[in-house]
Amino acid sequence: MSVVSLRNVSKSYPSSTKGGATVTAIDSVSLDVEAGDIYGIIGYSGAGKSTLVRLVNALERATGGEIFINGRDIVGLPERELRKIRLGIGMIFQQFNLLGSRTVAGNVAYPLEVAGVPKSERVARVAELLSFVGLSDKAASYPDQLSGGQKQRVGIARALATSPSILLADEATSALDPETTHEVLALLKRVNAELGITIIVITHEMDVIQTIATKVAVMDQGAVIERGPVFDVFSNPQHAASARFVSTVVKGVPSASELAVLRERHSGRIVTLSFRDTAVDQSEVFGEFVRADVPFQVIYGGVNEIQGRPFGHLTLALHADDDRVDAALGRVRLLTTVTEVR
Amino acid sequence: MDALMNLLPEFWTATGETLYIVAATLFFGGIGGLIVGLGLYLTRGGSILENKPVFVVLNVLVNLIRPIPFIIFLAAAQPLARSVTGSGIGNDAVIFTISLAASFAMGRIVEQNLLTVTPGVIDAARSMGAGPIRIIFTVLLPEALGPLILGFTFIFVALVDMSAVSGIVGGGGLGNFAIQYGYRQYEPVVTWAAVLLIIILVQLVQFLGNSLARKALRR
Ligand SMILES: Nc1ncnc2c1ncn2[C@@H]1O[C@H](COP(=O)(O)OP(=O)(O)OP(=O)(O)O)[C@@H](O)[C@H]1O
Ligand SMILES: [Mg+2]
Repeated sequence: MSVVSLRNVSKSYPSSTKGGATVTAIDSVSLDVEAGDIYGIIGYSGAGKSTLVRLVNALERATGGEIFINGRDIVGLPERELRKIRLGIGMIFQQFNLLGSRTVAGNVAYPLEVAGVPKSERVARVAELLSFVGLSDKAASYPDQLSGGQKQRVGIARALATSPSILLADEATSALDPETTHEVLALLKRVNAELGITIIVITHEMDVIQTIATKVAVMDQGAVIERGPVFDVFSNPQHAASARFVSTVVKGVPSASELAVLRERHSGRIVTLSFRDTAVDQSEVFGEFVRADVPFQVIYGGVNEIQGRPFGHLTLALHADDDRVDAALGRVRLLTTVTEVR
Repeated sequence: MDALMNLLPEFWTATGETLYIVAATLFFGGIGGLIVGLGLYLTRGGSILENKPVFVVLNVLVNLIRPIPFIIFLAAAQPLARSVTGSGIGNDAVIFTISLAASFAMGRIVEQNLLTVTPGVIDAARSMGAGPIRIIFTVLLPEALGPLILGFTFIFVALVDMSAVSGIVGGGGLGNFAIQYGYRQYEPVVTWAAVLLIIILVQLVQFLGNSLARKALRR
């Protein structure tokens, strides 16, 4: 059973001007998040990512469709019921959103107070959580005395306080520098691995998806345009928008401008070969060119690894007449994906 | 100077009355201001208890009442004061009317202070399962405490100001004392004594407010 399951979910806002068209922030999205997933959702600004996660814990109410949390449809539930459900869904934010009037310990205790946990248990739980995120020594500090990374760790401790089964992270690392980003992502990985919490990660940075996600959905204009295991989407994106995101982290595919330069420098036909996994023996591919007597030059390329599985792209300039090149490419196509870049 | 010495008992009585009126109106007007301010904040578009009709009514009320010069408001609200306190004149009627005026003035200040609380913090509280009442008392008011204290300090001066004209409806206090014994009797020293005491009072409260606010803001 999916932990979070969206069925044709829509969300529209009334227009801000009288008589204007309504804004469709989410357009009939269906999505299943399984227990233990770290599900990444990526898209450009305004794609509807934040709206989508805020529907999951009902901070925003869906205007259509069904949202199942651990099997229970929450659309249309009264606010009182939703509050109970929210205790089982943690959330962290780009701007951390800590209570400045409370200490670190006070912030982490907050959801426990809401849940009605007695004081003595609260104290013990807070200590346990702060030790988990490595901030035991900061219990008495105030948020404005912490660095961004520390603040987000407090945010994570706070979101985990009531032992939720789901953690929502909306651009949780977007306000952090690269080093701190990786610390926080490593912590989220631990949350997933050690506590078995399902995580939904919203981001506009493909790097975040590459580092922690197991599955990814690409959003554009309120719709999910592509989804799947991270390896599949990264190694073989189906949509132009997905491909653009992938190209921000996957090295080896020349951009249009790089291609123009390459074409100027190299004569002959130019093709990109894509290798996924170790399934393809590269030497066999090169062997085909040699056998067909097609001299080639590697002019661009790179090999990437996602979750321990390598994939790569090599761009070659082929120096032979069209007949020989076509014959060679015909046989190479049986072995791996070939894209001719004219 | 002799005139002042002779009036000392009245002077201290007037001081006591001013303190009484200001303390009472700070209390009632403060509560009223919190209610009006929270009402404005909570019912505005996009807030947790969004309610357009309530917001519009409150907003119009505040905008209508705030600019009325207090001395006119005092006269205009007299029937209301009479029906609530039982008398249209005297300190109780004055306290009622000042509290009413202060509620609307303070309401706007409270609203503005609450708007300084980042909306994200309220989202966070909601995401942790907190309801509106809890959010008001554990998020909104504590997060805005520093500015709120400064707002109350600011309104204190306005209360002293308003209490000074209470004499026209039979209220007491330093303002009334200064007019009655200083201005009308041509005794500037008496007037200046009242002014001095009011300055000292305001300075003390301003100092207290500033240091409490600093403490709340921890800086
Ligand atoms: N409260 C609202 N009222 C009206 N329109 C809204 C509201 N919230 C979001 N929208 C609209 O919904 C769309 C999606 O917004 P959303 O914040 O979900 O995007 P996002 O993908 O999270 O973008 P970003 O990366 O900038 O955070 C946008 O067009 C936005 O203008
Ligand atoms: Mg967003």
